[in-house]
Amino acid sequence: MNNNITRRRFLQLGSGLLSATSLGVWSQSGLTAGSKPKTHRVVIVGGGFGGATCAKYIKRFDPSINVTLVEKDKRFVTCPFSNLVIGGLREIDSITHDYAALKTNYAINVVHDEVVDIDVVKNSMALKGGGSLSYDKAVLSPGIDFLWDNVEGYSENDIGVIPHAWKAGEQTTILKSQLEAMANGGVVVIVVPPNPFRCPPGPYERASLIAGYLKQHKPKSKVLILDAKDEFSKMPLFTQAWDALYPGMIEWVAGTDGGRVTQVDAATKTVFNELGDPVSGAVINYIPHQMAGTIAQKADLTDASGWCPVNQKTFESTRHKNIHIIGDSAVAGALPKSGYAASSEGKVCAIAIVSAFNGIAMPDPSYSNTCYSLVGKDYGISVADVYRYEGDKIISVKGAGGISPEDADDSFRRAEALYASGWYQSITQDIFT
Amino acid sequence: MNKLALRGCVITTLAILLQSVPVSTVFAETINQGAMLSITCAGCHGTDGRSTGAIPSIAGKSAQYIEKAMMDFRDDKRPSTVMGRHAKGYSVAEIKLIAAYFGNQ
Repeated sequence: MNNNITRRRFLQLGSGLLSATSLGVWSQSGLTAGSKPKTHRVVIVGGGFGGATCAKYIKRFDPSINVTLVEKDKRFVTCPFSNLVIGGLREIDSITHDYAALKTNYAINVVHDEVVDIDVVKNSMALKGGGSLSYDKAVLSPGIDFLWDNVEGYSENDIGVIPHAWKAGEQTTILKSQLEAMANGGVVVIVVPPNPFRCPPGPYERASLIAGYLKQHKPKSKVLILDAKDEFSKMPLFTQAWDALYPGMIEWVAGTDGGRVTQVDAATKTVFNELGDPVSGAVINYIPHQMAGTIAQKADLTDASGWCPVNQKTFESTRHKNIHIIGDSAVAGALPKSGYAASSEGKVCAIAIVSAFNGIAMPDPSYSNTCYSLVGKDYGISVADVYRYEGDKIISVKGAGGISPEDADDSFRRAEALYASGWYQSITQDIFT
Repeated sequence: MNKLALRGCVITTLAILLQSVPVSTVFAETINQGAMLSITCAGCHGTDGRSTGAIPSIAGKSAQYIEKAMMDFRDDKRPSTVMGRHAKGYSVAEIKLIAAYFGNQ
């Protein structure tokens, strides 16, 4: 940041000699000298792409707000780029981040604990480690949880044998180890859930990068995708790339062609489709059906869909006041359940909250999404869109956005692979530093 | 920012400098339409447009340069991978706000 005071107002924090009161705190509504201001408290649940971004940007817009970020893990492993770890293109350390910079640079109180209950009337949260946190406004960015009951024979107890790897970390490592242990000629089965789910192009990027690993190390092996759907994100680009890079190695089965898996047998590593046909794999990656994070369910913030309805301008819950939901858990109109979208929502939500505290009109929201998928080491594809709030919904701007061109040449794909790594570098820097 | 606030800003800055008090300082960014449109760019271009990776920085470029680049991306006069798709999502007035936001970094 620079010292350009025509754009940025100067605040001082933490000085014993120059108290906020003696200087007057410069809130967004202007100088309010002489009266001791109320310190607004925001508690943010979940330190991922949505929550950590929101915490940082609230502090950027109004450092006088007391921001507490509650996150279970001390180190955060990103889902974006976890497919590169699975495919052997990255080490897991390179996609692992911590919260030190958010604490130091933005004076965010980072609490490593879990919120187990929210009293939406008293505006307070109970922590697993004991104690509670009170808030004037809360932001929930709890990501996804799994609908274990939507398939027979698969539960949390089976994820060591049949990993989902749809939350990054240990699960990522398990899937990678299974691929490494697999014999040449084995079949890797990826089971893809119905919409909506986190990261729509993710399963197909995963299939691509696993095929990349197999082509190099176990060339007789194959990847079989059993999909609940009949079409998928960036479909023409993925299928074109598979033909070019991994001919004959990736087979995709649409939902209506027997792709819908309804039963899993972990002991024999077999899945069954709705017709009862068995498919066995040397490695099975079962990605479960999904819903909003458990805490959102518990706090009565979800509707019958299992996701959280929100005012799509401010992300405040339509079910309970003063609680905002961002990221994968929220029903956010045309915005996808992606890390970039969660981060963009976190910024809009930060502006909504700071505007409300300071009594200023919130600018018209603007959101964007940019998702790269790596299909091979030097082969990237992307989807990008710009979104606005119209009526009472987030819509994508007509005439803008879309996927990479189908007729692009090799240099375009190489450039997008390079930009994918630049994207990762920038977005994680924007969120965690 | 209004003039009163700006004047207050300078006075506060001076007061702190004169007293040589060690303070932890942060700058509050102003909420306005330009900021709303621009901060989402940071996901690819870095916070405040300062990229540390393969995607070019926006920070340090003039408002005129940014406006022309965005208009050229929007009108398909400048080749790009993804920027043409983004730039088409903004009106001319919005592009001017974004250019002013980053041009003032």
